[in-house]
Amino acid sequence: MLQILPSGVVTVAYIGATILFILALGGLSHPETARRGNLFGITGMSVALLATIFGVVTENYALLIGALAIGGVIGITLARRVQMTEMPELVAILHSLVGLAAVLVGFANSLDPSVNFEGVELTIHDIETYLGILIGAVTFSGSVIAFGKLSGKISGSPLTLPARHWLNLGLLLIAIWYGREFVLASASGDDGLMPLIIMTVVALLFGIHMVMAIGGADMPVVVSMLNSYSGWAAAATGFMLSNDLLIVTGALVGSSGAILSYIMCRAMNRKFLAVIAGGFGTSGGSAAGGGEDQGEVVAVDSAETAALLESAKEVMIIPGYGMAVAQAQHIVYEITQTLRNKGVNVRFGIHPVAGRMPGHMNVLLAEARVPYDIVFEMDEINDDFPDIDVSVVIGANDIVNPSAQTDPDSPIAGMPVLEVWKGKTTIVLKRSMATGYAGVQNPLFFKENTRMLFGDAKESLDAVLKEL
Amino acid sequence: MRIGVPKEIYAGEKRVATTPDVTTQLIKLGFDVTVESGAGAGANFSDSAYEEAGATIATDAATVYADSDIILKVRGPEKSPETGLDEVDLLRSGQVLMSFLWPAQNSELLNRLAAKGVTTLAIDSVPRISRAQKMDGLSSMANIAGYRAVIEAAQHFGRFFTGQITAAGKIPPAKVLVIGAGVAGLSAIGAARSLGAIVRAFDTRPEVKEQVESMDGEFLMLDFEEEGSGQGGYAKVMSKEFIEAEMALFAEQARDVDIIITTALIPGKPAPELITAEMVKSMKPGSVIVDLAAEQGGNCALTVPGEVVQKHGVTLIGYTDLPSRLSAQSSQLYATNLRHLLTDMCPEKDGQLVVDMEDEVVRGATVVNGNEITWPPPAPKLSAAPPKPVEEAASEPVPELEKKPSLLGPILTFGIGGLALIGLGAVAPPSFMAHFTVFVLACFIGYMVIWNVTPALHTPLMSVTNAISSIIIIGALLQISSPENWIVWVAALTVLITAINIAGGFAVTRRMLHMFQK
Repeated sequence: MLQILPSGVVTVAYIGATILFILALGGLSHPETARRGNLFGITGMSVALLATIFGVVTENYALLIGALAIGGVIGITLARRVQMTEMPELVAILHSLVGLAAVLVGFANSLDPSVNFEGVELTIHDIETYLGILIGAVTFSGSVIAFGKLSGKISGSPLTLPARHWLNLGLLLIAIWYGREFVLASASGDDGLMPLIIMTVVALLFGIHMVMAIGGADMPVVVSMLNSYSGWAAAATGFMLSNDLLIVTGALVGSSGAILSYIMCRAMNRKFLAVIAGGFGTSGGSAAGGGEDQGEVVAVDSAETAALLESAKEVMIIPGYGMAVAQAQHIVYEITQTLRNKGVNVRFGIHPVAGRMPGHMNVLLAEARVPYDIVFEMDEINDDFPDIDVSVVIGANDIVNPSAQTDPDSPIAGMPVLEVWKGKTTIVLKRSMATGYAGVQNPLFFKENTRMLFGDAKESLDAVLKEL
Repeated sequence: MRIGVPKEIYAGEKRVATTPDVTTQLIKLGFDVTVESGAGAGANFSDSAYEEAGATIATDAATVYADSDIILKVRGPEKSPETGLDEVDLLRSGQVLMSFLWPAQNSELLNRLAAKGVTTLAIDSVPRISRAQKMDGLSSMANIAGYRAVIEAAQHFGRFFTGQITAAGKIPPAKVLVIGAGVAGLSAIGAARSLGAIVRAFDTRPEVKEQVESMDGEFLMLDFEEEGSGQGGYAKVMSKEFIEAEMALFAEQARDVDIIITTALIPGKPAPELITAEMVKSMKPGSVIVDLAAEQGGNCALTVPGEVVQKHGVTLIGYTDLPSRLSAQSSQLYATNLRHLLTDMCPEKDGQLVVDMEDEVVRGATVVNGNEITWPPPAPKLSAAPPKPVEEAASEPVPELEKKPSLLGPILTFGIGGLALIGLGAVAPPSFMAHFTVFVLACFIGYMVIWNVTPALHTPLMSVTNAISSIIIIGALLQISSPENWIVWVAALTVLITAINIAGGFAVTRRMLHMFQK
């Protein structure tokens, strides 16, 4: 079949798609504009696809349409079925697909006899191919492991092999060495398949090892980092194919993920490299002094909790990963509604790293139909705590730990935390007195004005709702 | 220990040193409380209210003084002109007295108290440091005085404060000038603003500009360089040139404004005269001046302390008892200030008072300790607004030194990055550089756009970027028409998995975004 669109039109369509993608990301600055932004994104993607199909593709339309249709149906089914608490898993597995696609496109391109370059151009093209496959492979295996960890198929605790930093360095050096081999082989007329495959395996191992070493609560960083990688993989593929649309889109996604990673790291007051190096909370955990007698905790039952909430004027709810695990967001919303109808001002305070991916808590609360204008970021409400009558901490620990501010030796020292202890009363919902992810005892629990409500968050809150 | 609260004997004084609410809290600290019958009458606190709070009611002052270990008063001890009763005579050795005292003006009183061995804490001498703000009785009273000054002005001013357009014509808003933006001045600004007036304020300390603006007032700048901040957050005496410029400004403002509220005081000095008789004459008839410095001689030349007078058609209010005119409010704040001081001095909550001269606040407030006069205290170490060091010129290089290393980082980064780019440009073919340009610009656009994304939408951001990163499907589409059969199949597989991603990513984003609602 003939190419229907001239190449100029295809280029224009790509420019249009680029602009639409930028608008799609820009729209996310506010929930009102975000829906329109998503439409822009869909339109951009459709424009790009149609332009390519009618402007570049010449053969095998049946196969193409078939693959598109099957993939589309699978994708939409996944999106329909997924539970909001499982969003991190879905995002992780989708990242792995981008990585895999980058690897496949890279291999196909490298082995395609119709692609011919000479001299410097060949070298640059080879490096581009190599980088695309490398990043794609790391993204793929890393995302698969992240998916496993998030869905509980693989243990969430960090795997710390001996000399793991040297191992990483070694893998990196091997990858660079075979990169050189590949470029040399390619320059001498060979297809360089062997170095390429070895490198791919090394990159896959690297991705696995990297994510295995990272613990559960650092997942927001990992997920956003993999998000970033999937973008860079697309950009590298774009260089390989000399396609500006891929380059721009890849760069947009790449920088988006990088900024998210940075925001997450800042919210934990940790260096990006330290997070990636992994093994957090295992070393120095003994220095946390968990064995010290910090005083007594005061437990409450659901009736007392309900009474406290009813007599309050200002209530702040601080959700954490525990709320997602217990699927307690809907019952939280019902309690919120009941209290608001009684004239209690209920607000939500969200720590940037609460949950397992950036914005996780916001999505869960949105799913439970909590209006977004009563959901606030940490920086917006942290000064309000002195006026709060009751703070309810649901399944969160380290993000409300005062020792981040008071104890310079604490592993989480300097991490920004929600200052719930400045409020009049704090109710903490927890299964037991176990420490949080960082392995640090939380002095908040022993404060005079803190009450502990032990048990499964959902069951406890159910009981509270009945009492209200 | 027993706390005694006698009735104030100063003529017209309506305040009382504790309230029923505070009595309850004092009892919680372990103290016993005795209140003289009728002590709270002027502030509408009845004897029975005190009794309900747990206090004992004593029939006369002598009993209160005899039974108590700690005496709380508003005004310092004095001799009643009517009954001839001298409060100093009632005090005895070992007792602790807390009240306003003005030790600088009352050295004779200090001598008498020291001779008797009465440990005396002057609330007006509590140092102005952050920790002691809750005990700062002066600020409490100044706040009330500022508010009341506006109310008094409104009482004597013949027009609305707020501007209105009515069927009967336009009403211009009143213009208020507040001189001295301390606690009283700021309080006056707030009160006048909330009545709807246009409020301007002047102060010799430029750092209060922000505070004035935070109260919605307009800060009048003087085109003159001089720092007016003295120690402890108070103002100091200014140079002659400065005062001339200042007076010119006041003369100009006097012709324009309807109400002037002056609050300018310099510690230990008579109040500066800021509004001359000429300025009063130049004001519009019906204007009002409230002189909060009347007790210290007044900021206006024509003020008569304690009275309201009419001069040149202008009403001059010189009341010296403004806090007492809001006795319930001022008693409550003052009692709370005292309670905070007592709480600090009773660390065990066992009703035992400890005069810890190591404590900066207690040290500052204690003017007589036993038989020894301990006033003036050593200079406070810190003030609410740290005074700028005089040797400012000498200290200036310091911030620059700090800046230098922070500049080095970016220079290094940009330098290395630039060199790397030049190296790349030297070897890379033009076609690559064109793509590279696009790449770098796209990274910057991404950077700008992503920082605007609200944190609440970070999860949708990830899912939508995931969907659009599947643009890699273009790569597969370019390959699907290849003559090589295996490439076609690899490309088809790639199309399949990226299609999952595109459809899944956009659909789940859509689903999430639909859940976000007000």
